Amino acid sequence: MFDNLLSIDPEIAARIEAIDLEFNKFGIDPYGIDKNDLTRFVSAFAWIYRYYFKVDVYGLDHVPSQGRGILVGNHSGGVAIDGMMVMGSMLLDAEPPRLPHGMIDKFIHEFPGVSQVMSRMGQFTGNPDQARRLLNAERLVLSFPEGARGTAKLAKDADSLVDFGTGFMRLALQTKSPIVPFGFVGGGDALPTIANLKRLGRLFGVPYVPVTKWILLVPKPTRFQLLYGQPMHFEGTGHERDEVVSEMVDQVKERIGDLIRQGRQLREKAISEEDLVL
Amino acid sequence: MKVLVTGISGMLGRLTALKLLQHGYEVIGIDRRPWPEAPEEIELFQADIRKRPAEEAFRSHRPDAAIHMATVTHLTQTSPDRMRVNLYGTRAFIHHCQAYGVKQAVFAGRHTFYGAAADSPLYHTEDEPPMSAHTFPELADLVAADLYAASSLWRYPEIATSVLRIVYTLGPSKHGTLASFLRGPNVPLIAGFDPLFQFIHEEDAAEAIVTALAHKLHGIFNVSGPSPVPLSKIVRAAGRRPLAVPSTIFKLGIGRLGLPQIAAGAIDHLKYPIVVDSDAFRRATRYTYAYDERETINSFRTAS
Repeated sequence: MFDNLLSIDPEIAARIEAIDLEFNKFGIDPYGIDKNDLTRFVSAFAWIYRYYFKVDVYGLDHVPSQGRGILVGNHSGGVAIDGMMVMGSMLLDAEPPRLPHGMIDKFIHEFPGVSQVMSRMGQFTGNPDQARRLLNAERLVLSFPEGARGTAKLAKDADSLVDFGTGFMRLALQTKSPIVPFGFVGGGDALPTIANLKRLGRLFGVPYVPVTKWILLVPKPTRFQLLYGQPMHFEGTGHERDEVVSEMVDQVKERIGDLIRQGRQLREKAISEEDLVL
Repeated sequence: MKVLVTGISGMLGRLTALKLLQHGYEVIGIDRRPWPEAPEEIELFQADIRKRPAEEAFRSHRPDAAIHMATVTHLTQTSPDRMRVNLYGTRAFIHHCQAYGVKQAVFAGRHTFYGAAADSPLYHTEDEPPMSAHTFPELADLVAADLYAASSLWRYPEIATSVLRIVYTLGPSKHGTLASFLRGPNVPLIAGFDPLFQFIHEEDAAEAIVTALAHKLHGIFNVSGPSPVPLSKIVRAAGRRPLAVPSTIFKLGIGRLGLPQIAAGAIDHLKYPIVVDSDAFRRATRYTYAYDERETINSFRTAS
């Protein structure tokens, strides 16, 4: 897809090689990930991740280096820059690198080009069947339980948390997957949204069109803090009553809120790295 | 053991019949179409499955097993006739099996049953509902035939019935949905979409049908071969040139401007994947395919 557009960085090629994936004779893994496309895409993305933005990542060793797991965190900043940065940290900073499968909003796969890129990078429409299958195949799944309501937070509310869906918790219980909570800080600074145009969004087939301080939807170079907390293990079958599951979800939400607070303090230099409780 | 095959003159019907002979079965065939070069050992009834002469084939031969492949799948056939052939044909097949003491029945269906959509998961399991019925009305009769055939699982539990949902076949015959789509030197694709396609060598598909029979399967099973490949890569590997056409132009130009005569609902099948999980079939039969993804495409590409 990117053969004539993007070139391969040998360092990135080595990282992609190190990911625990099996490719067929066409360089495609069973879930449609294209090794060549992925290498070219990440080669270009590495520049954005390392130089346009800058991500201070903490607690990366809390993410299992192999086997199933669900990364669960907060959304902010109009569009899912946070999701991109989490992907970046797992592909470019983690040793060995891993490719998380984002559970993305349905509207994304309606768009030409975007759908093709997402399909070749292993980013699927969020769907319990899909997530369960990936976890059972010992993959890493990335979930933002706030969904589009999360990205829709205006800049002033960037560090807050809105309602969490409970799907991720039932999946974790059913598949006995550890949950790795993470907090992401700075999304509201990269793309400070002052309003969301819902009606215009409907016209384009998206939930809303974010309007930034500078009108355009271009994020400014920003330093982010990304904090991974200790894996959380929950016992159960996934068939518990809603109250029981909601209570577990609240524990994760609280943990993420705590990670965001620490990230914010770190960002404002009120604490240093040694003070972190991940 | 005597096996009756409906739709025997079709590509998959012929291959299956030949494999059955190889495996030592006695073969009887029914088809509206002739099969001039059929082996002598096969007794052919040139008849419509819905008509009386077809019933006579069951009555006079009393087969032990029957394989139903007499469904119209190409989408140029006008819908009312397809609907009749596919549904009443399946009904007649099941009826004759029950009336004439057939102990085993195999229904060869399609994996397109599941339909393609932006949110459909990769790897459908047999318990999933047919989403293609509303997104692709032209396929509704095949979906109905599949469900109808499956209803004989509880209606006639004494017959070991297996409903197979087989992925696209490809091979030297150049017949079948995917082969027709790849016919010309330029293959139009929808710009910005590149769905995973699952295909199986036609010989492997025929072998799978015979395997289902040999194992007396009872139930619904997805049947697939090598792991899926994006459509654009299949097109290139087949020696064709992919031509990206924006979706709106594609819709307007169907059947014109060199675009294929496909049903409007088929556009979703060119945008989103239909990928099935055939684990249940593998576990029940230990079936493995012989041709990998490259060999399968090459066999199609190099055939004269």
